[in-house]
Amino acid sequence: MYNYNQFDHDFVRNRVKEFRGQVERRLDGSLTEDEFKPLRLMNGLYLQLHAYMLRVAIPYGTLNSRQMKQLAMISEKWDKGYGHFTTRQNIQYNWPKLKDTPDILDALADVEMHAIQTSGNCVRNVTADHFAGAAADEIEDPRPTAELLRQWSMDHPEFQFLPRKFKIAMTGSPNDRAVTKAHDIGIRMVRNDKGEPGYEILIGGGLGRTPMIGKVVREFLPKADLLPYVEAILQVYNLNGRRDNKYKARIKILVHETGIDTLREWIEEVFETQKIHHQTPPAEMIEAIEAQFQPPKFDNAKVDEDKLSKIIAADPLLRSFVETNISEHFDSNHAIVTISLKPIGGTPGDATAKQMRIMAGLAEAYGYDELRVSHEQNIILPHVRRDDLPEIYKVLKDAGLATANVGLLSDMIACPGMDYCALATARSIPVAQELSIAFEDLKLQQDIGPLKIKISGCINACGHHHVGHIGILGLDKAGVESYQITLGGDGTQTASIGERAGPGFSYEEIVPAVSRIIDCYMNIREGKNDTFLDVYRRVGADPFKEALYPEETATA
Amino acid sequence: MARVVYPKIVTANHLLEGDVIYMTASGDWSRKHEDAKLYEDRHEAEDALKFAQEQAHMLAGAYLADAQIGKNGKPEPVHFREAFRTRGPSNYPNHGKQAEV
Ligand code: SF4
Repeated sequence: MYNYNQFDHDFVRNRVKEFRGQVERRLDGSLTEDEFKPLRLMNGLYLQLHAYMLRVAIPYGTLNSRQMKQLAMISEKWDKGYGHFTTRQNIQYNWPKLKDTPDILDALADVEMHAIQTSGNCVRNVTADHFAGAAADEIEDPRPTAELLRQWSMDHPEFQFLPRKFKIAMTGSPNDRAVTKAHDIGIRMVRNDKGEPGYEILIGGGLGRTPMIGKVVREFLPKADLLPYVEAILQVYNLNGRRDNKYKARIKILVHETGIDTLREWIEEVFETQKIHHQTPPAEMIEAIEAQFQPPKFDNAKVDEDKLSKIIAADPLLRSFVETNISEHFDSNHAIVTISLKPIGGTPGDATAKQMRIMAGLAEAYGYDELRVSHEQNIILPHVRRDDLPEIYKVLKDAGLATANVGLLSDMIACPGMDYCALATARSIPVAQELSIAFEDLKLQQDIGPLKIKISGCINACGHHHVGHIGILGLDKAGVESYQITLGGDGTQTASIGERAGPGFSYEEIVPAVSRIIDCYMNIREGKNDTFLDVYRRVGADPFKEALYPEETATA
Repeated sequence: MARVVYPKIVTANHLLEGDVIYMTASGDWSRKHEDAKLYEDRHEAEDALKFAQEQAHMLAGAYLADAQIGKNGKPEPVHFREAFRTRGPSNYPNHGKQAEV
C-alpha cells in the first residue's frame, strides 16, 4: 500500500499545526463561529446533533493493521470506544471534544492519515472497489490510479471552491462494487481492442435530491491521459456548473441541462489544450506509486482442499460463514473475507475499539497486513489463505464479528440519520436494527437470497437508498417520521434508480411494510435463484404495491 | 390548516463539549430542556437569540426551537428532532444526555 513521502508527511503535519492554531483562536474568542466553521470543516470536523463529529479519510478504503489499531486507540482515548464506518469508506467519530481534535489529527498523522477534504466543495476522498488488488475478476488494481488522483486533488488550488462537492469512484473489475455509476466521475478499468488497459469515464451520476445514473463521456481513455482528462472535466464543471442554487450545483445537473454530447465536446476541447500544458507526472513517479500496490508475496503452498472441505462440512456455522462471507480471490490458494459489521440488532458500520484491534490482529497474522473498508460498511481481509479460514472464523466468532449475512437482508446500509446527523429528517439506524431483528433467522435470510436494503435519513441519500433493491428514505411529514419506500434500485454495473412505491409509512409501520414486500417476493419468485431484483425487473412494481397498500389497491 | 405557532426556546451546542444547551431565564445555559426560558413573544425571542449569538466564546449554532408547556408545567419539545436532542442517539442508550438520568 501507499506510504507517505516526505512531502505528504510535511503537508499533513503542517495542516494539523495550522488547525491547532485555529482551534486555539476559536477558544480564546479571536475567531467567531462563522469564521471558524469553514476552517474546521476543511479538517473534517462537523458539529452534529449531540456533539462534534470527526470524519477521517481512508483513501480508497485501504488500511494496514497499524492504522486500524491507531483508529481503535483514538476511539478509546478521545471518543466513546467505537467508530462508525461509512458509505464513503471513511470512519467517523461521533463524540470528540473540540479541544482534543488537533491531538486526534496528530495521532492520525502518526499513521499517515488525515481528515482533509472530507467536507467542503472540493474533490473528496476517492473511493474504490473494496476487493481491489484481490478480486478474481479484476483487469487491474484501480488503487494506483486512485492514489494518483488523491495526490492530484489534494489541496489542488483550482478545485478548492467548486460549485459543489465532487466524488470520484473507481473500479478495476467489470463487476462494479464501487457504485461508479452514482458518482460525479466514475472510472472503470477496461481493455481496448488491442488488449491494452485504459479507462471508461462516466460523469454525472449521483444520488440525493435528483438521482441520476452516470453517463459515459469517454469509452476508452489511455492510462497516460487520465490526469489531463479529469482536469478537463473539472475545469468545465468549475466554470459551467451552477452556483445560483445549491440543489442544482452538482455536475449531474450540468450533464442533464447541457446534454452529455455537448459537454463531451467542451471537455474534449479543454482536454486538447490540457494535453499540451498539463504537467503529466513523470513515468518514474507513476511507477513508484504502482510499486507500492504490488500484491503481497503470497504463501503459495498448495491448500489441502480435501482437508479444508471436511473441516468446513463438520461445522454448519462455519459452512454458512464460508458460503456467505467469502469471495473468490485471483490466487486459488487465497480468499477474500468480508467481516460483517451488521450483527443482528446492531448499528450498521459500527465497530468497537476491541473489534478494530481484533480485525487488525487478523490482518497481521493471516492477511498480509491489509484491510479494506467497503462502501457497504463492512471490513474486508482481502488476502487470506483458504486453509486459515477456520481459524479466522473462530477469532471473528469470539469477537461477535462472524455474522454470516454478507449480501443478505440484514447486511443493510444505514446512514447515521437523526440519531447523529444535523441534516437528518428522520432516524435510519433504529429502522435497520428493527428490520434485522424481525428477520434475525439467518436461514430465512439465506432462503430470501441476495437482497440489498439501503436506508437514508434524508434526501441527501448518504445511505444510497436509490440504489437499494429496497430503498428506505426517512422524511419529516408534518412533524412525524415518515418512511418512503423505493423498489428496484441497483448500484452495480446494471445500475438503476429505485422507483417510489407510494405514500410513506410511519416509524411503526415501516418494518411490517418491508415484511409484506418480502412475503410478496417469496410468493411470486420462481425458485431460489430468481432473485428479488430479477423478479422486480420481470414483474414490475404492481404486485409489490398491492402488497404494500392492500386497501387502496382493493378500492381502486 | 394554519400552522400552529408555538412559543420558542433558545438552544445551541456547547463550544467545547459540542453537546446541547438551552438558555435559561437568567441568560445562563443549562443542559436540561426543562430549564429553558419559554418565549411567547416573537420579538423577545429574537432578542434572546441575538443575545445568545453574542456569546460566541461558549456556544455554536444558536437557534430558536418550538416548545410548549408540558404536564409538569415545564417546557418540553414539540418536534421529534428537538426531543431527540434532549436525549441522545437511540442506538446507544448509554450515550448522550439520556445516560445521565
Ligand atoms: S442521508 Fe441525510 S441524514 Fe443521512 S447522513 Fe446523509 S445528510 Fe445525514
